[in-house]
Amino acid sequence: MEELRILSPTAILGYGFPMESFVEGMKRNPHVIAVDAGSTDPGPYYLGAGKSFTDFNSVKRDLEIMIPAAIEAGIPVVIGSAGGCGGHPHVQFVVDIVKEITREKKLTYKLAVIQSELDKELIKSKLTKGEVIPLHPAKEITVADVDETVRIVAQMGEEPFIKALNEGANVIIAGRSYDPSVFAALAIREGFDRGLALHMGKILECAAIAALPGSGSDCMFGYLQKDGFILEPLSPLRKCTTLSVAAHTLYEKTNPYFLPGPGGALNLHQSQFEQITDNKVKVTGTVFEPTPEYFVKLEGVKKVGCRTISIAAVKDPVMIEKIDSIVENVKNRVKNNFESYGIKDFFLDFKIYGKNGVMGLFPGSEDRVAHELCIVIEAVAATQEQADTICGFARSTMLHFGYEGRISTAGNLAFPFSPSDCKVGDVYEFNVYHLMKVDDPSEFFPIEYIDFKTGN
Amino acid sequence: MEYNLRDICSVIRSKNSGPYELTFDVIFKDFDMYNKVKAARAINEKAFAELFNIPMSDIMALVYFDPAKAVKITIIRPIPSGALGETDVYGAQQHSPLMGYTFNM
Repeated sequence: MEELRILSPTAILGYGFPMESFVEGMKRNPHVIAVDAGSTDPGPYYLGAGKSFTDFNSVKRDLEIMIPAAIEAGIPVVIGSAGGCGGHPHVQFVVDIVKEITREKKLTYKLAVIQSELDKELIKSKLTKGEVIPLHPAKEITVADVDETVRIVAQMGEEPFIKALNEGANVIIAGRSYDPSVFAALAIREGFDRGLALHMGKILECAAIAALPGSGSDCMFGYLQKDGFILEPLSPLRKCTTLSVAAHTLYEKTNPYFLPGPGGALNLHQSQFEQITDNKVKVTGTVFEPTPEYFVKLEGVKKVGCRTISIAAVKDPVMIEKIDSIVENVKNRVKNNFESYGIKDFFLDFKIYGKNGVMGLFPGSEDRVAHELCIVIEAVAATQEQADTICGFARSTMLHFGYEGRISTAGNLAFPFSPSDCKVGDVYEFNVYHLMKVDDPSEFFPIEYIDFKTGN
Repeated sequence: MEYNLRDICSVIRSKNSGPYELTFDVIFKDFDMYNKVKAARAINEKAFAELFNIPMSDIMALVYFDPAKAVKITIIRPIPSGALGETDVYGAQQHSPLMGYTFNM
């Protein structure tokens, strides 16, 4: 095979794509349709709670177009990081949708489901053997930390996908995956260069984001050849330029010259970006450098409590001037009020928008203050009831707080809503972001096959 | 001559690079200016650390990337994404100090 063609319909499963672009993609006779469905961007909640951060109908809409088209063309559909995070419930979320489509359209094909959620006992035993190491700047973990973790997934490389393709799977729904794997798997199986295949996957995983103008909800097409790969956006509105593609190489990476993943890293020091037509770019020179040992990345979260928030605003100039000391006083009052009552272990924070609400993590980097402030009072405690108590008390204390120089003695806060307080629910934090050594890249990613005949 | 970064760049952005890192991309409008800035190292670890009021040791990488006429700076996130105290889960609005960065060259 001299050329392998890949259709990437959308940046994240459920982000959608224009039908015209998809049809253009199918006209080019792709060998595979692949989509990455995941990200850690939406934060730790979704992995912890076992919920998809994309919506049922949005995901179903995308799959309902892709799967029948691929079956008709006799090519596989490969989905990685199902449900956003790739845990058991996330994979199930997508599998349920796929089954519904299969029934409704009476489809006949072979489905492969690859899991990526790991047993905590396995992680603990690997940890004890020194085979789990933190990915800087994450911290070392202990066996106790693993016990505290709600869910841990590992990012698979291309190997489990190749296994499923070898078994004749027409549709692959996989748990947490290294983003480029879903695009590179078939190509690597067919003997194409791993470095070029993975680098192309790195760009295709964001679909048309690497084009100009960029879009996360439009298709991108990749042509992998022996000496390089070509990228082509499928909407006439977009172009790939050497700059749009090179700039995309920066996106969400630590260092654009060196991109580590399962089993090794991509080295871009010799990569060349060449404009071959008005809208197509060819990339050459990228090299995959395997590591002596194979590592997969682990992601895990722990539960830290429950959250209640209250949103309020301030217009009074005296109050705005004294906001920092008022916040300190309110915090102390809340702490003092519940100390002897027994609610001591809570997190109380005031995000002050118009002052440093957005960049509060970089104190001193900006110090301008607006003429009105939005305040988000946040309480996190062991239970929802305690979080309600702390947030509510902080809110009422701040509302009537008699700060020095106060002139507006009726109330300090403007509430846009009644009720003023809002239960947000469970709160999670990332606590595992580590590398785990494996002997076999497919070892911990079990595959289940389901044969459908006219929808069943 | 004094330059304001905002005037000579087409992109200034921030984003998480995984939950434990924050990364900043500064893409220049043209190669001439990029090459001048690169030769003078007008964007450097010391200036960046001062701009964000962080220790220089928090900077994990500061790379001039020629193919995109861009400088990329990656730092240790003050807290992991979504941890208690978070203000920007995606890290997409932490770039504004760069927009006010001025330097002489």
